[in-house]
Amino acid sequence: EEEEEVEEEELWHQLYPGHIPTSPLQKALLAAGSAFMALYDPYRHDMVAVLGETTGCLALPNLRDKMKHHPEGYRILQERPRIRLSTLDMSRLRGLPDGSLGREYVRFLEVNKVSPDTRMPPKFVDDEELAYVIQRYREVHDLMHTLLGMPTNMLGEVVVKWFEAVQTGLPMCVLGAAFGPVRLSARKLQVLATELVPWAIRSGLNASCVLNVYYEQRWEQPVESLREEIGIFPPP
Amino acid sequence: VYQVFESVAKKYDVMNDSMTLGIHRVWKDFLVHKMNPCPGTLLLDVAGGTGDIAFRFINYVRSVRERQLQRKLKQHQNLSWQEIFENYQEDKCNSLGDSQVVVCDINREMLKVGKQKAQHLGYSEGLSWVLGNAEELPFDDDKFDVYTIAFGIRNVTRIDLALQEAYRVLKPGGRFLCLEFSHVSNPLLSRLYDLYSFQVIPVLGEVIAGDWRSYQYLVESIRQFPPQEELKAMIEDAGFFKVDYENLNFGIVAIHSGFKL
Repeated sequence: EEEEEVEEEELWHQLYPGHIPTSPLQKALLAAGSAFMALYDPYRHDMVAVLGETTGCLALPNLRDKMKHHPEGYRILQERPRIRLSTLDMSRLRGLPDGSLGREYVRFLEVNKVSPDTRMPPKFVDDEELAYVIQRYREVHDLMHTLLGMPTNMLGEVVVKWFEAVQTGLPMCVLGAAFGPVRLSARKLQVLATELVPWAIRSGLNASCVLNVYYEQRWEQPVESLREEIGIFPPP
Repeated sequence: VYQVFESVAKKYDVMNDSMTLGIHRVWKDFLVHKMNPCPGTLLLDVAGGTGDIAFRFINYVRSVRERQLQRKLKQHQNLSWQEIFENYQEDKCNSLGDSQVVVCDINREMLKVGKQKAQHLGYSEGLSWVLGNAEELPFDDDKFDVYTIAFGIRNVTRIDLALQEAYRVLKPGGRFLCLEFSHVSNPLLSRLYDLYSFQVIPVLGEVIAGDWRSYQYLVESIRQFPPQEELKAMIEDAGFFKVDYENLNFGIVAIHSGFKL
């Protein structure tokens, strides 16, 4: 059948399941289109993901090298852990003491009604290892919220984006950080500008690479201690 | 193919407008003009999902009917008010002049979208929606005056079967009309067309519908479809006479026509 033929042909160029090889022109068009669509319809999270993938060609190798040169990051690249509901032992994490990473992470997921399984798998990254790096970045995003103590409303997301922009250098984060505040009220903008963003930037600059932390092995560690270790300043 | 159209159904119209920059509307208008239906025509629109051809058919027939009525009224200048009133009543109930269109599609989602559109745009009479397979139509022989299939035949696995079915359900004297993407022979235009198809359309699919794969499939299925002469031969094989085709936009699209005699 025709559909099978198409799939077989693509498998020759497919570097990982879900990979769609694209020409430079297509990437450029995708970047422009996804940027527009992400702003036009904020519910299109898939567009934000596509924007990240098509513009990350400089930042992603950078991140991957940072991981390679760090013992914990290197282990993550080797073992390729995934944060998914099926791999997490939710009841065990819930049973951990208050203030521990695991307990606070689960609390964050429940309070904000989010799940780690909603992250888009990469499609347009043309390197299998870099595809994992961006996947890791997406799955660790909720942990960023937990470490920064930010909720998933527009304000919280923008703050996390500023932190991630400084940390990763991904153009998608930079764009999100710059354009995200457009939809906030004046009062929130003030808080954002005077307190939250400076703190996020300072923390982002001071902290070591957040992708170099093997979170799955640190569920018992208290959030505060982990913050100190990474170099994130306490939230205001 | 079914799954492609299931995911595509809701954004179908938006995608069509974006991909063809709205030109698909002109192509469809052209098809109905070529058909030139008179009131009383029974049309079967296969793979007509979201109703584009059906609505145009109704509009066309309505306007032809209106002109008919106007001409009739002009002739009857000397009627009494009572007679005029009765005439008017009778014709009002018959604004379509007994014309009917049956929209047949294999995909429930497409039909659903079509029905919603009809409601939204105010089309109610003369329209019916049937779930069916072009290779095995749920209709009796010799039923319809015109059979159309617009941008649907390339998605049929056995085109020859669909053509045979078309022949079967048409009345003697009935007309077969097929609007479909075809072959561009002009080499320069062909290159530009390929560039646009392969580089831009899947991107549009991803950005607008969140679905790269379906639109990649679409573009590839267009390339694999038989060119104008080959399709003409296939239509003749099914038994149609006076088979001919007309290229639109240098062959990007072609309308094939045939008669059951």
